[in-house]
Amino acid sequence: MLQALGNILGADLSRLLVGLIAVLAFSQLNALFLVWLERKVAGHIQLRPGPKEVGPFGLLQTIVDGIKLVGKELITPFKADKKLFILAPIMIFMPVLVGFLVLPFGENLIIRDMNIGVLLIFAFSTFSVLAILAGGWASNNKYALLGAVRSVAQNVAYEIPLLLSVLSVVLMVNSLKFSEIVAAQGRVWFFLVQPVAAIIYLICAAAETNRAPFDIPEAESELVAGFHTEYSGMRFGLFFLAEYTNMFIVCAVATSLFFGGWHGPFGFSLGLPGVVWFLLKTYFLLFVMMWVRWTFPRLRFDQLMNFSWKIMIPLSLANLVATAAILKFI
Amino acid sequence: MSYWKEIIDGGWSLVEGMRVTVRRLFKPVVTVQYPRKHLTLSPAYRGHIEFIRFPETGMHGCIACGTCQRRCPSSVIKVQGLKAHAKSAKFATHYLIDYTRCSLCGLCVECCPTQTLKYSTEYSLEGTSRWSGVIDLMQRLEDKKS
Amino acid sequence: MASLIQEPLDERIYSLNLGPQHPSTHGVLRVLLRLDGEFIVDADPIIGYGHRGHEKMAENRTYEQFMPNASRMDYLSGLIYNHGYTLAVEKLAGIEVPERARYIRVICSELNRISSHLLWFGAYIMDLGGFTPFLYAFDDRENILDILDRVTGSRLTYSYCRFGGVARDIDEEFITATRAFIKRLRSRWADYHNLVTKNVIFIHRVRNIGVISPELALRYGVTGPCLRACGFPFDMRKMEPYEIYDRFDFEIPTETACDAEARYLVRLREMEQSCRIIEQALDQLPTGQHRNDKVPFKVKPPKGDVYFSFESARGQVGFYLVSDGTSYPYRLRARVPSYGNLHVLVEVFKGTLVADAISILGSVDIVVPEVDR
Repeated sequence: MLQALGNILGADLSRLLVGLIAVLAFSQLNALFLVWLERKVAGHIQLRPGPKEVGPFGLLQTIVDGIKLVGKELITPFKADKKLFILAPIMIFMPVLVGFLVLPFGENLIIRDMNIGVLLIFAFSTFSVLAILAGGWASNNKYALLGAVRSVAQNVAYEIPLLLSVLSVVLMVNSLKFSEIVAAQGRVWFFLVQPVAAIIYLICAAAETNRAPFDIPEAESELVAGFHTEYSGMRFGLFFLAEYTNMFIVCAVATSLFFGGWHGPFGFSLGLPGVVWFLLKTYFLLFVMMWVRWTFPRLRFDQLMNFSWKIMIPLSLANLVATAAILKFI
Repeated sequence: MSYWKEIIDGGWSLVEGMRVTVRRLFKPVVTVQYPRKHLTLSPAYRGHIEFIRFPETGMHGCIACGTCQRRCPSSVIKVQGLKAHAKSAKFATHYLIDYTRCSLCGLCVECCPTQTLKYSTEYSLEGTSRWSGVIDLMQRLEDKKS
Repeated sequence: MASLIQEPLDERIYSLNLGPQHPSTHGVLRVLLRLDGEFIVDADPIIGYGHRGHEKMAENRTYEQFMPNASRMDYLSGLIYNHGYTLAVEKLAGIEVPERARYIRVICSELNRISSHLLWFGAYIMDLGGFTPFLYAFDDRENILDILDRVTGSRLTYSYCRFGGVARDIDEEFITATRAFIKRLRSRWADYHNLVTKNVIFIHRVRNIGVISPELALRYGVTGPCLRACGFPFDMRKMEPYEIYDRFDFEIPTETACDAEARYLVRLREMEQSCRIIEQALDQLPTGQHRNDKVPFKVKPPKGDVYFSFESARGQVGFYLVSDGTSYPYRLRARVPSYGNLHVLVEVFKGTLVADAISILGSVDIVVPEVDR
C-alpha cells in the first residue's frame, strides 16, 4: 500500500514526507535522550546517580517530566506583550527542525542534499537570537530583559568565528554540500588537517547554543533564570527542548565538517553502517559539551565578548588566511 | 608573545580541570538511595525525649518535680503528678511535649533528678495537623511495653 | 527606606532588586541596586528580613537556656558561637574548666571552621557558575558532619558546650575518624587547586575584583578573612589567645592583594591551618573529666559585665554580657562580623558590573541571619 502511495506522490515527494516524519520523530527522541544523558553525566560527575527510579536507569524520566510540564499552568505576566510572549517559544523551536533536513546521517540518508547545505543550517539557527530577544522583552521583567540583551550580543559576536572556521573547511572542499564535504574525509578527518578551526568551531558552537561556560543568558545564579524567568509549563519546555535539539545540530555539523561524518576511522568501517558512526561521533561530542558545562564556572559578560573579539576572531581569520595561502601554493 | 602564552596556559588549565572531573565520573557514587537503604543513626542522636523504663520498678521514674518544665527554653513540656498520700513522693500522671517547638538542646535530659528521660531515635514523624507534634510520653511508654 | 520605586520613563538609571529571593544572596539579603546599563551606580543593602530577636530572647532566658540560640545566630559556625558564648559566661561567673574539655572544644571548633569554609568554597563557585566543586566540597563536609554527629548528636545546630565543659565525652572512634578525615582532606587540596584555583576562567572572575582598600576595611570594621586579605594579620586566636590556642603552632594566612582572589586563598589556607591545630590538639589530648561537675544548674554570675570576643569563620565575634546577679542576663549584645563586612560593600560596589557584584558578595562570605540576629 505504501508502494502505491509512493507511486502516486512521486519519488521526490514521498521521500520528503518520510523524511519529515523521521525528522519529527528523531528530534523528539533525541531531545528525550539528551536530557537523560545530561542528567546522568551531571550526576556522576557530581558523585551522585542522577535519575534512577523511573524506568530502567531512569530512561523514562524525561517523558514523565514532560507530562508534568504539560500539566502546569501557563502564566502570562502582568502587562506582558502577549503576542510576542506566546510566539517566542514557538519561534525558537521551529527553525531548528529545518536543520535536520540537510544533515548527512549516512551515505544516502540525507533528506535534501542542497547545494547550500552548510549555509542553510547557520541561516536558520540565527532565528533563535530573535526568539530569545522576543521572549526576554515580552516578559516585562528586568532580569529577563538583561538576559535577552546579553544573549543577542553574545550570539552575534560568536557567529563570526563560527562561520570563519567553517569557511576554512569549505575552502578546502570547494563546496557547501554536506555530502561532498563528508566524502572528502574518506581517508583523513579534517580535524587533523585543521585542528585550530575544529577547536574554534566547538567553542563557538557552545556559545551559540548558550551552553557551557557561555550560559550568561540563562545564568542561573545571577539572573535567576535569564530570559526564560517568566515562562512556565510547556512554554519553558519548548525552550528547553529547543536548546538540546540545537546542541545536537551543531554537534552533528561538527561531526560532518571535522570528524568524518559517517566514515569510520581512516576509512575502516569495522562492519558498522555509516549511521552508527555518525551518531556515535555526534553523541561523543555532545558528551564532551556536557562534561565542559559541569566543570567550569561562567565567564563574565565583557570577558566573554573580549574573548570573542580579541582571541577567537583573529585566530580564525589567521587560520582562514593560512588555509587560503597553503591551498594556493599547493 | 604573552598573548600566545596566555592562551596556551589558559587552555591547559581548562584541560587539567576537565581531567579532575572525568576521574570523578568513573568513581562510585557517594549518595545513599534513602527510602531503599537507611543510614545508621549516631548513638548520640537527639530525637524527642521519652521515658526510660527502670527494670526494678518496671515503670518510669518521673516524680513530676517540674525541673524540666522550668528549664526548657521554649516551654515545651507540661507535666502533672499526684501524691499517693501526703508524705509520699509525687508520681507523674501526665507528661506532654510539644515537639514542634523543641530545639533539641538536651537541657531537660540533663537536669532530671531521677534521670528518667532519654532521647529517642525517632526521625520520621509525619502528621496532617500540628497536633501530631504533641507527644504523650506516658502513652509512648505504654506502647513500648509490647 | 525605599520600598516602591517609580521612575520616570526617560530616566537612564533604573533600579533592580537583588531581591530577598535570589539564588546567590546567602540568606534573605536584599540589595537595591541602581544600575546604569549593567554598571552599578549605587547599592543599598536592606537588612532585617531575618530578624528573630535573639538579643531580646536572651533577656528572658537563663544562661544555659540561651545555648541553642547561640548556635542559631550563625548556623554555619554554630559550634564556634556556642564555644564563645560558653567562654563569655565562664569568664563572667568564674567557672573552671577541665583540660580535656578545653581540648575537645578546640578540636570541635576547628572542625566547624573547616566545614564552614568548605561550604563557602562550594557556594562561591556555584555562584560563579561551576556546579561541581559545590558537591565535592559537600562530600568532604559530610565527613565532618558525621564526625560531629557521632559525638554531639546533631549536624548543624549543636548545643554541645556546657558551662564547665562539654555535654558528652569523645571516644576512640572520634579520634580515628578525625585523623582519617584530615588525611583525606589534605589529599583533596590538589584536586581543588587543579579544578578551581588554577582555572583561567575562575582567575578572570576573581582577580582584581572587589578590592577593599585597607583604609576602607579599617573604617568599616571589617574583620576575618576579608581583613587578612588586605594585609593585616589580625586573628583573635593570636591577638588575644583564649582557651588554649597559645599552645598550638599555627600561622595566620595573609595576602596583600585585597581582592576576591586574595580572600579565596586566605580561606583555603586557613583550612590547612585548622587541620594543623586539630592534629596538634589530638596529639596533646589529656585524659580526665569532660565536664566540671560542680557547676550549679542555674548559673548565677555576680553583678558585672564582660566583653569576650573570639574568631568565628567569618571574623571577630564579640559577646557583651551584663549581669545583675540573677540567673537571667540583663543584656546580651552580639557583635557580628558580617555586619561590617556587608556594609563595606556599599563602597565597593560602585562602578562594578552586576556579575561582579555577585562575585564580590560571594567572596565576602556573609551569612544574613547573623547580620539580622
